[in-house]
Amino acid sequence: MLKIKDLHATVDGKKILKGVNLEVNPGEIHAIMGPNGSGKSTLASVIAGNEDFEITKGSVVFEGEDLEDDSPEERAHKGIFLSFQYPVEIPGVSVTNFMKTAINESRKARGMEDMPANQMLKLIREKSELLDIDRKFLSRSINEGFSGGEKKRNEIFQMAMLEPKLAILDETDSGLDIDALRIVANGVNKLKSKDNAVIVITHYQRLLEYIIPDKVHVIHDGKIVKSGSKELALELEEKGYDWLKQETVA
Amino acid sequence: MAYTEEELKKELETKEYEYGFYTDIESDTFPKGLNEEVVIALSKKKEEPDWMTQWRLEAFRGWKEMTEPEWANIRYKKPDFQDISYYSAPNKKPKYNSLDEVDPELLDTFKRLGISLDEQKKLAGVAVDIVMDSVSVATTFKKTLAEKGIIFCSISEAIKEHPELVKKYIGSVVPQKDNFYAALNSAVFSDGSFCYIPKGVRCPMELSTYFRINQAGTGQFERTLVVADEGSYVSYLEGCTAPSRDENQLHAAVVELIALDDAEIKYSTVQNWFPGDKEGKGGVYNFVTKRGICERNAKISWTQVETGSAITWKYPSCILKGDNSIGEFYSIAVTNNFQQADTGTKMIHLGKNTKSTIISKGISAGKSQNSYRGLVQVNSRAENARNFSQCDSLLMGNECGAHTFPYIEVKNKTAQIEHEATTSKIGEDQIFYCNQRGIDTEKAIALIVNGFSKEVLNKLPMEFAVEAQKLLEISLEGSVG
Repeated sequence: MLKIKDLHATVDGKKILKGVNLEVNPGEIHAIMGPNGSGKSTLASVIAGNEDFEITKGSVVFEGEDLEDDSPEERAHKGIFLSFQYPVEIPGVSVTNFMKTAINESRKARGMEDMPANQMLKLIREKSELLDIDRKFLSRSINEGFSGGEKKRNEIFQMAMLEPKLAILDETDSGLDIDALRIVANGVNKLKSKDNAVIVITHYQRLLEYIIPDKVHVIHDGKIVKSGSKELALELEEKGYDWLKQETVA
Repeated sequence: MAYTEEELKKELETKEYEYGFYTDIESDTFPKGLNEEVVIALSKKKEEPDWMTQWRLEAFRGWKEMTEPEWANIRYKKPDFQDISYYSAPNKKPKYNSLDEVDPELLDTFKRLGISLDEQKKLAGVAVDIVMDSVSVATTFKKTLAEKGIIFCSISEAIKEHPELVKKYIGSVVPQKDNFYAALNSAVFSDGSFCYIPKGVRCPMELSTYFRINQAGTGQFERTLVVADEGSYVSYLEGCTAPSRDENQLHAAVVELIALDDAEIKYSTVQNWFPGDKEGKGGVYNFVTKRGICERNAKISWTQVETGSAITWKYPSCILKGDNSIGEFYSIAVTNNFQQADTGTKMIHLGKNTKSTIISKGISAGKSQNSYRGLVQVNSRAENARNFSQCDSLLMGNECGAHTFPYIEVKNKTAQIEHEATTSKIGEDQIFYCNQRGIDTEKAIALIVNGFSKEVLNKLPMEFAVEAQKLLEISLEGSVG
């Protein structure tokens, strides 16, 4: 599904990614862990097509197509979703309206008509029940005055609505208390299928107790330095990132 | 707020908006130029009584002595008032008994406007009096209104049929010589709407009028007079779209609202005159005087969405004469390319316990200039007057301007005046967030702008709000490079 080859990327001339290789297949959950500043979030942004970052070498191929020339919205239309670490506020735009626009724009890109209102209504009802979201929440302006937990839950709700092929969760666990974490993780698990894939980017092992990854990668200084099974996450938690830094230097 | 399924459904409904076309209908047009003979001929043509002709002449004589105001934050080539034709009316204007008799091309225009009479008749609750190039062509729902004693007709008709009402109220809020453009309008107003709601009557439907400029080189001088008698209520809508044109067109309307004791008038406008092209060529000059007077316990609420015109000069105002009266002004003004808008309101507090609210949202893009100009005046006798003003500006790009000129004059110590102002720019992070959800940049901006304007859009009647949203989108098309 996703093939990243020798990816190098810079922001404002500063090298952040220095040769990332990653392959994700349908039905898989990958966890990407690493210390602050290692390039985790940059990787997410580059896959999503954020133009603040420049790819200097390598490629990102999604379902056999190189994404290089695709705008962020074209990538979204192809089924790539990014759950933001810091979701932005859009005053006056309700969650409902935002989702309606997003879904219809993607449909338009595929040459489809707008989703009929009753179908949209059904979808909203279904997904909000799935994630235990109060309908009142949907009438609020997107992310405005939301608590940290609400913002992240809203991201997962959007993911549920858009049904992406590849979802990247960028530090979705940060700032969440244990209850919120459980709700978010449950949501992700419920949405999981053999046809879609999830990349979980996280600093801590905590989230991985709820979302069980098939593979764990450790990123350090712009490169994936170690890959393994879910046990790697536990090992990391126990020994800390310093262990890995030492190991890579050695 | 409960968010019912019904509300959810409403939010999900979509509707298309179309605009920009020109209908070729034979017209009866006056030669260009303005003098006393033209004023008299115009009045004669309209079969007006002598008092009306004299009233016009008085205004014309006043106008001749006046000069164009220059205090607004706008730059333009002044119109040559002798190079304008002051009367243009569709040629075939018998009183139609049925739609079949109406010029098919005209009907087609209505259809493209999305307001075909066919549809309108079925569309519950909306009566439409269509002013097309100055002469009222069709009026619907008259019967229903007549049963309640409501008069809703063209001002020309009102001058003939209800002279006592027109004579009493015309010029009572905006005097003939109020200002340069109002004086010009008073002298040569071609047509417009008249509305009278009798005592204690609640108008059962939204009254709406669509104005269009449709004849090259004809200035439009509309005159609207709305009188809400004691304890009555009316919601009045006015919407404008105009086909593209090369030369500047002058539009100088006057709207007068009279809310007698305990009456309420809600006046909503969506204005979409041709704004000129991307180089700033062409476009309508919109110099409008709108003012309402509130008697005791009365309320007037102005809501406007201004997206069109090369130049907008417009200050819908309220004179809060009666005790406990309320004035409201909700405005969205969008400027793009080379558009210039200088718009706002005046709230004149004369009575005790009078209240006013001003919410203004200015959106500037391209090389445009957008100014809010407002006056809150509290008279010495206006005990316990209150005002709240909020002026928000949203900037798009680095070449446009947003300006705020709030004037506050308070002569009574008990007054409470609040003024808030913000200026913001659309953030790249907001756009990327939308992009990532599959929404392209243009659509993202429309979404953000609609969100920014929501407090005002919410004040519009449902039908209008949808149209206004589409209009905001269309107006900002191509505003991001």
